[in-house]
Amino acid sequence: MKILKKKILAEIKGTRTTKMEVEAPLVARKAKAGQFVVLMAKEEGERIPLTVVSADEKTGTITLIFQELGFTTKLLGSLVPGDELYSIVGPLGHATEIKSYGNVILIGGGVGIAEIYPVAKAMKDAGNKVFTIIGARTKNLVILEKELKSISDELFITTDDGSYGREGFTTDVLKELLAEKQHLVYAVGPIPMMEKVAQVTKPYGVKTVASLNALMVDGTGMCGCCRVTIGGEVKFSCVDGPEFDAHKVDWKELMVRSKIYCEKEKHICKLNNKQV
Amino acid sequence: MQPIKPKELEPKSRIAGFEEVVFCYTEEEALKEARRCVQCKDPTCISGCPVGIDIKKFIKRIIKKDYKGAYLTIKEKNDFPSICGRVCPAEYQCRKACVFTKKGEPFASGKSINIHFLERFVGDWGLHSSLRGAEGDEAISKDEIASRPFPPHASYGGTPPYACNGGAGARKDMIGKKVAVVGSGPAGLCCAGELARGGVSVTIFESLHKTGGVLRYGIPPFRLPQGVLDFEINCLKKLGVQIVPNVIIGKGKTLDELFKEEYSAIFLGLGAGTPSFLKLAGENLCNVYSANEFLTRVNLMGAYKFPESHTPVNVGKAVVVIGGGNTAIDAARVALRLQKINNIEPNVSIFYRRTEIEMPARRLEIWHAKEEGIKFKLLTQPIGFSGDDKGHLRKIQCLSCQLGEPDSSGRRRPVPMEGSEFEADCDLAIVAVGLNANQLLTKETPSLKVDKWGDIEVNSETMETSVKNIYAGGDIVGGEGTVIEAMGMAKKAAKTILERLPRNSKS
Repeated sequence: MKILKKKILAEIKGTRTTKMEVEAPLVARKAKAGQFVVLMAKEEGERIPLTVVSADEKTGTITLIFQELGFTTKLLGSLVPGDELYSIVGPLGHATEIKSYGNVILIGGGVGIAEIYPVAKAMKDAGNKVFTIIGARTKNLVILEKELKSISDELFITTDDGSYGREGFTTDVLKELLAEKQHLVYAVGPIPMMEKVAQVTKPYGVKTVASLNALMVDGTGMCGCCRVTIGGEVKFSCVDGPEFDAHKVDWKELMVRSKIYCEKEKHICKLNNKQV
Repeated sequence: MQPIKPKELEPKSRIAGFEEVVFCYTEEEALKEARRCVQCKDPTCISGCPVGIDIKKFIKRIIKKDYKGAYLTIKEKNDFPSICGRVCPAEYQCRKACVFTKKGEPFASGKSINIHFLERFVGDWGLHSSLRGAEGDEAISKDEIASRPFPPHASYGGTPPYACNGGAGARKDMIGKKVAVVGSGPAGLCCAGELARGGVSVTIFESLHKTGGVLRYGIPPFRLPQGVLDFEINCLKKLGVQIVPNVIIGKGKTLDELFKEEYSAIFLGLGAGTPSFLKLAGENLCNVYSANEFLTRVNLMGAYKFPESHTPVNVGKAVVVIGGGNTAIDAARVALRLQKINNIEPNVSIFYRRTEIEMPARRLEIWHAKEEGIKFKLLTQPIGFSGDDKGHLRKIQCLSCQLGEPDSSGRRRPVPMEGSEFEADCDLAIVAVGLNANQLLTKETPSLKVDKWGDIEVNSETMETSVKNIYAGGDIVGGEGTVIEAMGMAKKAAKTILERLPRNSKS
């Protein structure tokens, strides 16, 4: 559970996007695109889910990329190579269904860019034509451009402020691509982004999958913290997901539930803002 | 003679923290209670115990002040006297079968022997002996037996006083035999202990970062201090049992891989870890928790110590717990303590659709909950939740009920009364209406036959599943049950596994 490597991929005031390579042999052996781990940075820490960006069975290591936004991600980001995580378990969740669909659009927003990387790679390896759209608030938050370019047939970059690539949102590019026949749209990113993607693709009837980022505790189906409503039925993101049909997700509910500990989060960040 | 009750913390001081509520008997109290036992010629109490502890014998040894003997007698059948003595619903088991309880009573009479308190006395004697490194057979003086409750998270690193015979390597014909146990809850721990005593090398795989299963995440420290749990689990480690946390069998390793690693048999103690919800409108509002989530945050992740522990849990000013079992009572008592710790006026209610007699919880828990100020609203069935524009719970809608004819559980069926709708303030609700099988492993393993509820089907004598050399026990087999019931199944499985293991040749 040792951290072997660490690299800051992006940094702007208030947040960083950090990449870490971690020792996790059992996970590295089995992890497939779309799956995640649940880890604790310290014994008194929270259990948090993070997507497995890549896995190396030979070295027994996995790569995680996360945005340092809240208390625990900042704590994790403060660790350095040589530090041991307190715990890590996985791979959890259902793997992405990889097959030859035809034309596949992958959309990554913010740290979601890292999360679509393993899926994009697997889709390309399965013989799909891969169009990748990545979006970030500003140039300094765009990550993995080189990596994604090498595995996509076409890569599009958007920034909210126009400081890099095209000014605007990933859904602007999506609308244009939908003029051609597409067989699958796969999106990971902030909840409003994924919701917008679903709205845009709906009239085209194209299968749209979103990988949800619900809050979790155990990650093994024991508590129901990560419950979401899919097509009117309650599902647990950790064992039934994390991917779901984006047209069936109750996005409003997901957004509301994701904010349940905002007050507590503010409190613990304030108390610790000098220590982390 | 009157039954002897152990001392308890005053309700006011209890709810200010998570200290254990019930004290251990002092030696004097234990002797007085033990002497009430009439040592029946044909004791009926033993048949009430799911693991068949020789109750008559251990009580006799207490009377003789042979506490080591009493400890060893219990340990012959039950590896965890300090746990069971605290959590066993004895009033439905051994005490109900006691000669002092009239036949047909729904639970034990107040006159029946306090077998569970005596068991705990003996278990804790063993714990304290190990802490002092006691040797020999000296009687323990009144002052030496702890008469104070344990702090909730103290850790006890001592060596158990009298390790029972066994452990890996103890039997030549079993050397090299390996068995894997999946899950470190009551069933898994018990099975591991039995197998280790049989000379087998046992490895327990646990998916969480801490061991104990429901004993750790479900039962609050004021009923079962985590230091006591650690001690009992440590006894297993002294028998050579290996425990590997953070491994999910079915995800990180498959059952086939375990067989390839030369485990001769596998025992599944997966638990009933999936929470049931009521499927009511508004159930996904913020601050509607499953009891599992609420208790896991507090007990396993230490959320009552937030922000020292980083996991938060919301506290609520008007808490409603829905359900009538031990889980509901535990959740209510935890919620109340959280309010007190956070300087919120205590306001916790339990809503249950039948009456107190039908509540499956232990009578002692119900009594403690009342003492602590938890309100009981009986014959009440929730029908919906409503919230504010931020998506936070604000109110709960309910119907009043009457009791009708008995249903399949034998209890009178609750019948909601038309026109009785009412609404109550509620900014935090905890749903404690039952648990179902955790299907993480079974869904990955189609060869393991499960019933329509996801429980694993087993041969009721051998506990073997539909897959050769895979056994199961505990809540994953029987549906929700008690710690001791899980242990009873685990013992059956261990017995079969030991019988069937091919022996090494004698030469």
